[in-house]
Amino acid sequence: MGPVESLKYFIPELIILCGAFGAFLLDFAVRNKRAVGIFSLFVMAAAAFAMKNPAGETLSLFYGFFHLDVFAHWFRIFALIAVSVTLMLAMDYPPLKNRYEGEFYGLFLFMAFALITVAAANNLLMIFLAVEFVSLLSYLLTGFLKHDPKAKEAAVKYLLFGSVCSGIMLYGISLLYGAAGSIELGHVWQTLRSPSMSALGTVGVLCFFAGLGFKISMAPFHMWAPDVYEGAPTPVTAFLTVGPKALGFAVFTRVLITVFSPSFAHWGVVLTALSMLTMTIGNLTAISQTNIKRFFAYSSIAQAGYILMGLAVFSPLGQNAVMIYLFAYLFTNLGAFAVVCLVEGASGKSNISDYAGLSERSPATAFFMTVFLLSLTGIPPLAGFIGKYYVFAAAIEGKAIALAVVAAVNSAVAAYYYFRIIRVMYLVPKAETQPTFGTSPLYPKIVLWLMSAGVVTLGLFPGYFIKLLFG
Amino acid sequence: MEILTLAAKIGAYALMTGVLLFALGVVALRNLFHSALCLAAALIGIAGLYLFFRADFLAAVQILLYVGAVMTVIIFAIMLTEHLSGKTTIQHNRQSLPAFLGIAALVTVIAKVILQTPWPVTQKALGAHTSVEGIGTALMTVYVFPFEVISVVLIAALIGAVIIAKRENPS
Repeated sequence: MGPVESLKYFIPELIILCGAFGAFLLDFAVRNKRAVGIFSLFVMAAAAFAMKNPAGETLSLFYGFFHLDVFAHWFRIFALIAVSVTLMLAMDYPPLKNRYEGEFYGLFLFMAFALITVAAANNLLMIFLAVEFVSLLSYLLTGFLKHDPKAKEAAVKYLLFGSVCSGIMLYGISLLYGAAGSIELGHVWQTLRSPSMSALGTVGVLCFFAGLGFKISMAPFHMWAPDVYEGAPTPVTAFLTVGPKALGFAVFTRVLITVFSPSFAHWGVVLTALSMLTMTIGNLTAISQTNIKRFFAYSSIAQAGYILMGLAVFSPLGQNAVMIYLFAYLFTNLGAFAVVCLVEGASGKSNISDYAGLSERSPATAFFMTVFLLSLTGIPPLAGFIGKYYVFAAAIEGKAIALAVVAAVNSAVAAYYYFRIIRVMYLVPKAETQPTFGTSPLYPKIVLWLMSAGVVTLGLFPGYFIKLLFG
Repeated sequence: MEILTLAAKIGAYALMTGVLLFALGVVALRNLFHSALCLAAALIGIAGLYLFFRADFLAAVQILLYVGAVMTVIIFAIMLTEHLSGKTTIQHNRQSLPAFLGIAALVTVIAKVILQTPWPVTQKALGAHTSVEGIGTALMTVYVFPFEVISVVLIAALIGAVIIAKRENPS
């Protein structure tokens, strides 16, 4: 479809883009930067209203460079939720005040646009461009609080690590392009089907493992995650653990299905091993953490390992499981980070010991955190259970029994350290020096309610949700 | 004719060897300023390769952007930060040897794969000549979407760079 006809299907994205520029302009005009944040939220709401499910048909907008199908549609909804929640958390995040707060919201609107282009990328050029766009913005937002040495260190580490991984992926892309003579994923697939190309296909898929594995924090490309999640401003950390990760999974799924399906026999084993490695490293290292953001960084590496199970078995059930898990993880993790933001706002710190006696100081916050931690553990009837159920079902259906066993053992380990936080909140008495909670700020509270509603609804009525996703 | 093709072939391989040597210089030389010069030379060499493969526009862009702009800025930065230009830096650490072995293994594997892959070489691809006009038309028609996305990427990066570089305390 040519650009002019495409525009009418491209309205939500145009709203976001115009909104981003609008936010920068508004930032000049108003003194109270919170207004820019509220404006950005309205932009997101307007974009969400303008979105239509393409329901079954596939729209190849702009000569196929923006590939809008049901898959892309749900991931752009995902991106909108992640960005909106982050905006709400950022509005009551004290360290951001007087530090280019308006620009922060504007950049996040660009981020929403970038994530949507990732979801809709369907050729080698757009995949590289969109993933790089998200990475660039992530580096910027990580180092946004530049007075903080930890944030600076995190941003530089993220940038260096990310550039190397993107470089490797770009090299793989160049090889595939050379072999197929086209950037279209379908042509590359055709080329890779011939047996003489299978070695090249394996090199190509390994290069993609490096580039996209970095985005989803898959071991051994996860080294950046703990430092970046700890150093970044907490709302940005909340966003990084879900947004780029989920979109990384989206493009990973798309690439594996549409390009590398002929050589599944070669990379399936590698991906299974990496999945086991990722969850084991994440879980074992999470046990000994003392900083809550670092703790969630390792927990999120472990969760990436579980999600990878769905891709490693490479069946339709596995692909659906990836999407279900990601949505469950979206609500759960953003909710947990809303609590982290609240506690950080009250005490200014983010150590696990700061959660001692939280049940006395703020019973509601402690209760919500418990719900989110239980969901991360995978206890019914919460969202996390549905996600876990599907990835395990996919693994067993795909006869990957070893993978399922490793994941089960890992889940038990994970339960131990998630319950450790609950124990600290409920059983460890609060220290005298710990500040009491004032009235909690409005927006993180709204996030708490919304996310816990999402977690519970998804857990109680999974059938409705799954019907909505897959028709 | 035979001799001409042979000469062109030798020239291209010599150019590639030169680029590789300069690239090695970037990571191996101890003086940062020398490294930067090596990088400039390597980039010019790559522009030469583009010329050889008849992508003259790309070669011009490469020289203008990388050698003309990026390298100048890098060299400026090195000259201005006084303690960097004279100092020698150690470019290797204890992990150099294992890393080198790993890279060597990787390069061997990839080289083997590249050599055994039957690359589709068509007469059409060999004779292709990308003109400025062709690139312009392509950017404004088929590739209009990525072109516009890149403009958004650049503006976002610019705004971010200004925020990062600006002096703290705007209030």
